[in-house]
Amino acid sequence: MPFEEKIGSGASAPLALELRGVSKSFGLILANRNINLAIRPGTIHGIIGENGAGKSTLMNIVYGMHTRDEGEILVAGASVDMRSSADAISHGIGMVHQHFMLVPTFTVLENVMLGTEGGMLLREGRQAARARIVELSEQYNLVINPDALVRDLNVGQRQRVEIIKALKGGANILILDEPTGVLTPQEAEQLFEILKVLRDQGVSVLLITHKLAEIMDITDAVDIMRQGEIVGHRKTSETSPAELAELMVGRKVLLEVERTATSPSEVRFSATNLGYTNSLGVVELQDINFEVRAGEILGVAGVSGNGQTQLMEVLAGMRHLTAGSINILGTNVTSSTVTNPRIIRDLGLRHIPEDRHKHGLILHFEARENMILGLQDSDLAGSGFLMDQAAIETNCREKMQDYDVRPSEPSHFAKNFSGGNQQKIVIAREFSANPVVLLVGQPTRGVDVGAIEFIHKQLLELKDAGCAILLVSVELDEIMSLSDRIMVLCDGKNVGILPREEVDRQTLGLMMAGQKREEALA
Amino acid sequence: MADFLYQLLLTFDATLRIATPLILCAMAGIFAERSGVIDISLEGKLLSGAFVAAAVAALSGSVLLGLICAILASVTMSLIHGFACITHKGNQVISGVAINILASGLTVVIGIALFRRGGQTPTLPRDARFKPIEWFGVESFDTVPIIGAIYRQLVSGHNILVYIALLAVPLTAFIIFRTRFGLRLRAVGEVPEAVDSAGLSVTWLRYRALIVGGVFCGIAGAYLSVAQGGNFVREMSAGKGYIALAAVIFGNWKPFAAFLACLMFGFLEAATSRLQGVDLPLIGEVPTQLMLALPYVLTVLLLAGFIGKPSPPAAIGQPYHK
Repeated sequence: MPFEEKIGSGASAPLALELRGVSKSFGLILANRNINLAIRPGTIHGIIGENGAGKSTLMNIVYGMHTRDEGEILVAGASVDMRSSADAISHGIGMVHQHFMLVPTFTVLENVMLGTEGGMLLREGRQAARARIVELSEQYNLVINPDALVRDLNVGQRQRVEIIKALKGGANILILDEPTGVLTPQEAEQLFEILKVLRDQGVSVLLITHKLAEIMDITDAVDIMRQGEIVGHRKTSETSPAELAELMVGRKVLLEVERTATSPSEVRFSATNLGYTNSLGVVELQDINFEVRAGEILGVAGVSGNGQTQLMEVLAGMRHLTAGSINILGTNVTSSTVTNPRIIRDLGLRHIPEDRHKHGLILHFEARENMILGLQDSDLAGSGFLMDQAAIETNCREKMQDYDVRPSEPSHFAKNFSGGNQQKIVIAREFSANPVVLLVGQPTRGVDVGAIEFIHKQLLELKDAGCAILLVSVELDEIMSLSDRIMVLCDGKNVGILPREEVDRQTLGLMMAGQKREEALA
Repeated sequence: MADFLYQLLLTFDATLRIATPLILCAMAGIFAERSGVIDISLEGKLLSGAFVAAAVAALSGSVLLGLICAILASVTMSLIHGFACITHKGNQVISGVAINILASGLTVVIGIALFRRGGQTPTLPRDARFKPIEWFGVESFDTVPIIGAIYRQLVSGHNILVYIALLAVPLTAFIIFRTRFGLRLRAVGEVPEAVDSAGLSVTWLRYRALIVGGVFCGIAGAYLSVAQGGNFVREMSAGKGYIALAAVIFGNWKPFAAFLACLMFGFLEAATSRLQGVDLPLIGEVPTQLMLALPYVLTVLLLAGFIGKPSPPAAIGQPYHK
């Protein structure tokens, strides 16, 4: 085992963190099985795995938020009893969680002080905390204003506050759980610079991610997790994305599907000066113009929360547009048109919603019932007053076969399928009617690498069949590998539409931050 | 004119008397709600505090012992609330309503069993209650116009619990905004995950908030039955706990603003009793029911967003799951 070999060779300095035979189960589900892990001091160590592979559970065990069922945790060579996050903190472990643990109504200073106030009265510890923030920000280049309210900070700044919080007590092991999910490429780049500074000053960094590129970019070593187990350990310099992906999924995967050359024909779907103002009077979309042709995918890129959700919901008829118009296969929809998702659907538009749990499925319904959602009035469900249970079952079974939904069991509740298979149910339902206009939101969010490959292939097949597709995703790689043209949204406005061939990550990143195309290219 | 001013002064004096239990309960509500626990059980704690204070004072002859037992009873109610909705992550509103029903029933049942007076407790003689405190120099100030009257009526001559209620406001503000406990309390009501990940116990913090609230409600209960009044009468809290909760919301979960809301609600009630049957110029006779309903109407309007925007603690009402 590479793990044992490593202990033998690195005997000079004790390992910063070591896990021996750690297991954890929730009820009947074994989340972590016999995990062995060795982190050397002063390195950036990656842990990669699909969603649900047990990475976050493992890190929560290390940080004391979950207690392990079995196994041993050693910090700097000594076995420790990790029962709460207070234990972890006292052993010099800091963690930046996937979802920030910050109080938005507090200042940076107050957030940093929380838990280590330094006395009964806040006055006593405030000076010391402020000094510590200044010290850390100088040492690690973490620029932040201690008196700013956290709710006024952007995501990158909030993350810096989290890092300062993690380091304030002199932590020398820093865990980051999916830290780049909410960052623009530039912000992610800045984060990596910070992590390198930390490493060079002796901090051991544990980076949890499902993004192969990040592992390859900055880690020194990597462990791969699959289904709750460590399935491999590699030195980053001695591995490749393809090998890591194969280890993650357990079989060979195509990391990037082949995008076919397009011959877009007529305009199927367009928006003119589209705007949306919400009920509080906040303008959420402004002057959006685009057209999607048959046989084309228009990708919509942007940092999450910049109007993508609103755009999707307005286009799908779930929200009522307040300005401009939408044209679907020649029919105009304006603010004075009565719309609802049903009317839009009848115009020929199909929709794979961003949030499949909220808008795509009814989790407490069986798969076969979910398979006819929105089609319940069609012949698919029976022609009379009663539902034709046999037909519904047959329909579901067929679609499950076609779209490789596992387990292929129509009577299972939707909530009991994995994320990828839930998404396949939605896709099977929406694709099977041969749509001519399709809205796709975050098609692979929370979906494992194997299913991503399948979903991407399906999307491209549909495009080749002549469907006009609008694709919204926060995964830049997904946008870049599928789209023919890319529209960038920032703050509810269209920053620009570019042909795929003319953009790179750098340009897109700058545009996502609001720079115009010309500036971004310059 | 002088008569009008004197009437106004008496109304303010009554306002303070009426507002005292509201203020104490509102501070209790601020502690609980700032920690993320909805405390609709203020009413039940107030009622049980009132009963226990009166019953113990009647049986033992010690009003101070009555106060202490009222606090203990009210804290016990808080702990039941905490056990249901912090430890067992139950629904906070349902738990609160259950406590109110429990208090409403238990006080009467135990009252009948102990005293056989249809749920009332024996009336304490005047000197067995909390007595008004005459402040220094009231006599000599009497000669000073206006100020003398204000000093006698408004500043002096209240019982100790009124002054405790007035002190509770700056005390609450100080604890919430200036102390370590306050910082953690506010954090746990906004983002309990942040508190947990900082190595602090969400459960223990919320329990402590409820216990502090229990103490305040117990004092408020004692005020009703052994300071303002002389015995316990069934349902004597009469919705004051709910009005206090309305004041908390009205005050946007801030101690001083909630205090002002309590004074406003107290003033409305004080004015109501004085305006009964009085013809006001231009308006005519004001229906008292309308005045009494005003706190609730105002709160509903506030919550509907017509008066400003309430900003409750973000995690309020949500049990914390790891």
